[in-house]
Amino acid sequence: MATPTLTRLRPQAPSPAAGAPRPRARRVRYALTVVAFLLPSAVPLALFTVYPMIGALWTSLHEWNLLSDMRWVGLGNYAELLQDPETHRAFGNTLYYIAGYLPIVYVGGLFLALALNAAIPGRNLLRGVYFLPVVTSWIVVAIVWRWLLNPSNGVVNHVLGLLGLDGPGWWTDPTWAMPSIILASAWKDLGFVMIILLAGLQLIPEELYEAATLDGAGWWRRHVSVTLPLLSPTTFFVLVISLINGFQVFDQVYAMTGGGPAGASTVVVQQIYDLTFRYGSAGMASALSWLLFALVMLVTLVQIRGQRRWVHYA
Amino acid sequence: MPRKIALTVLVVLGAVVMFFPFLWTVVTSLSSQTGLSATPSLIPADPSLEAYRELFGNTPFARVVLNSVGLAVATTVLQLVTSATAAYVFSRMPFRGRGVVFAVYLATMMIPIQVLIVPLFVQMRALGLVDTYLGVLLPGVASAFGVFLLRQAMNSVPRELDEAATLDGAGHLRIFSRIVLPLVGPALATLTVFSFMSSWNSFLWPLVILRTDELQTLPLALAGLQGQYTTQWDVMMAGSVVSILPMLAIYLTAQKYVIQGVAGTGIK
Repeated sequence: MATPTLTRLRPQAPSPAAGAPRPRARRVRYALTVVAFLLPSAVPLALFTVYPMIGALWTSLHEWNLLSDMRWVGLGNYAELLQDPETHRAFGNTLYYIAGYLPIVYVGGLFLALALNAAIPGRNLLRGVYFLPVVTSWIVVAIVWRWLLNPSNGVVNHVLGLLGLDGPGWWTDPTWAMPSIILASAWKDLGFVMIILLAGLQLIPEELYEAATLDGAGWWRRHVSVTLPLLSPTTFFVLVISLINGFQVFDQVYAMTGGGPAGASTVVVQQIYDLTFRYGSAGMASALSWLLFALVMLVTLVQIRGQRRWVHYA
Repeated sequence: MPRKIALTVLVVLGAVVMFFPFLWTVVTSLSSQTGLSATPSLIPADPSLEAYRELFGNTPFARVVLNSVGLAVATTVLQLVTSATAAYVFSRMPFRGRGVVFAVYLATMMIPIQVLIVPLFVQMRALGLVDTYLGVLLPGVASAFGVFLLRQAMNSVPRELDEAATLDGAGHLRIFSRIVLPLVGPALATLTVFSFMSSWNSFLWPLVILRTDELQTLPLALAGLQGQYTTQWDVMMAGSVVSILPMLAIYLTAQKYVIQGVAGTGIK
C-alpha cells in the first residue's frame, strides 16, 4: 500500500474539492471520457430509434409504396384511417385483447405473489415454474397453444370431451380466436406480473402487518388495509407496462391466427404489418403506427396524472 | 393453518397446469405420426426421434440455431458494454445537460418497434443491409433499458469507494472497471438474461429484414415450419423444444439474480 500513499502526497496532484478551476488538460480529459463512454450507446439510439421515429412521421404524410417516389398528402392518411372500418376493427380487437388479458394477469399475478411470498414448502421451485413461460418466445407460445387448442386432436378439447363438454373451434373460429390468443398470452405473462408484484411486496415493512394483527385485523383485512395501498406503486407500474405491451400485441397474433379468421383477431400492429408488406401502403402504415404511439402516450399520461388518486407512495 | 394448506394446494395445482404445456410439447415431439393420431396420452405410444431427425435433416435448422446463438451472444455483449459505460456516466460523471440526455434515453424506451419498422427498413435498404446479420443486429446494439437498469444499480454503490480511489490517484476508467463494475454483478447478470432473451425471442424486426432461409433466426424458422408442416405437430414441437432449451439453461443459471435485479430497479 506504499505507492497509493505516495501518490496521495504528491503535491502536483490537484484536488477537485479545492474549488479552484481544474487545469485545462484535466477538463479535456474528463470531457473526452464522457464522450467516449456515451457514444457507443448514443450513436445507435440516435441512428436507429430517434431518426427513424422522425422518419415515420415524415412518411406518414405521404402516399408511398416503398418503391416509387413519395407523394405528399398532408394529413390525408390520418383522415382516411380514422374513417376506415378496418382501423376501427383493429383498435376494437386490440381493446378486446387488453380487456381480457389484463384482469387475468393482474388478479392471477397478485394471488400468486401473495401466496408465494408466504413461507410455503418448495416456494422457489414454484416461482420458477410460474416464471418459465416468460422466457419462452411468443412464437413458441403461439405454436404450442395452437397444438393444445387444436379443434380436432388437441388435448384441451380431448379433456373437455372426457368431461362431456363439446370444445369450441378455438383459433379456427372467429368467435373463439381472440379468447385463444388471450389464454395463451395470459399463460406467458402471468409469471412476469407475479415477479414484479413479489418485488413490490418485499418493500412492505413487516411491522405494519404485525401492528395490524395486534389491532385485531384478520387475513383479509390485513391485505385490504396494508397490502393493497402499499402495493399501489407496483400495481401502477404493472398497469402502465401491461397497457403499453397490450396495445403493441403482435407476435402471438401473427403466429396463432395471422389476424384471422376473416379479420376476427386483426390487432393494430397486425394491420400496420399488413398495410406495409401486404398492401404496400407504407404511408398509411406509418400514420397508423403514429396513431397507435399517440394513443399509448395519451393512455400513459392519463395514468400518470390519475395516479394521485389511488397510488400511495410510502 | 387450513388456509395455508388450501393456498399451497391451489398454488401447486396451478403450477402443474402452468407446466403442462411444456410437458405436452416434449411428449408430442417424441411421438411418431401414427402415435399422434391415437388418443392423446402422456406416454408417447410409439416413441421416436423421427421429428428431430426430420428437423435437422431436411430443414436448415442447425444453421438457424447457430444464427440465433451468434446474434444473441453478439447483442448481449454489445448491450452490456454500451449500457455499462453510459450508465457509469449517468451515475458518476456529472456534466451540464446530463439530465436532459438521460431523459432522452428514457424516452426512447417508450418508442415501440412497430413505429420504427418502415423507416428502419428503408434505412437498412439504403445501407445495403437488408438480408444481412448486421442489419438484424444494428438496431439492438444499445439498450436504453440496460442503461437505466445499470445506472440504478451503480447509484447504490457507495460513493466513498470511488472517492477513496480518486485520492489514491485512480482515474474514471480505473474506478469504472475495478470498483463499480465488479460491484454491480447481479445487475449485469439480469441484463445478460434480458438482452439474450430479447434477441433470442425477437420476431418482428428479423421478419422484416431477413429473406434468405439460411440467415433465419429460430422464431422465424418456427413460424415457417407452421406453413411447411401444417399438421406435423411432432416436428413443430421438436422445433419448440430446441428453441426453449438454451434460454431455459441461461434463465436457470441466473434465476436468483433476475428476481433481485427486477426488485433492484426500484419500481416506484
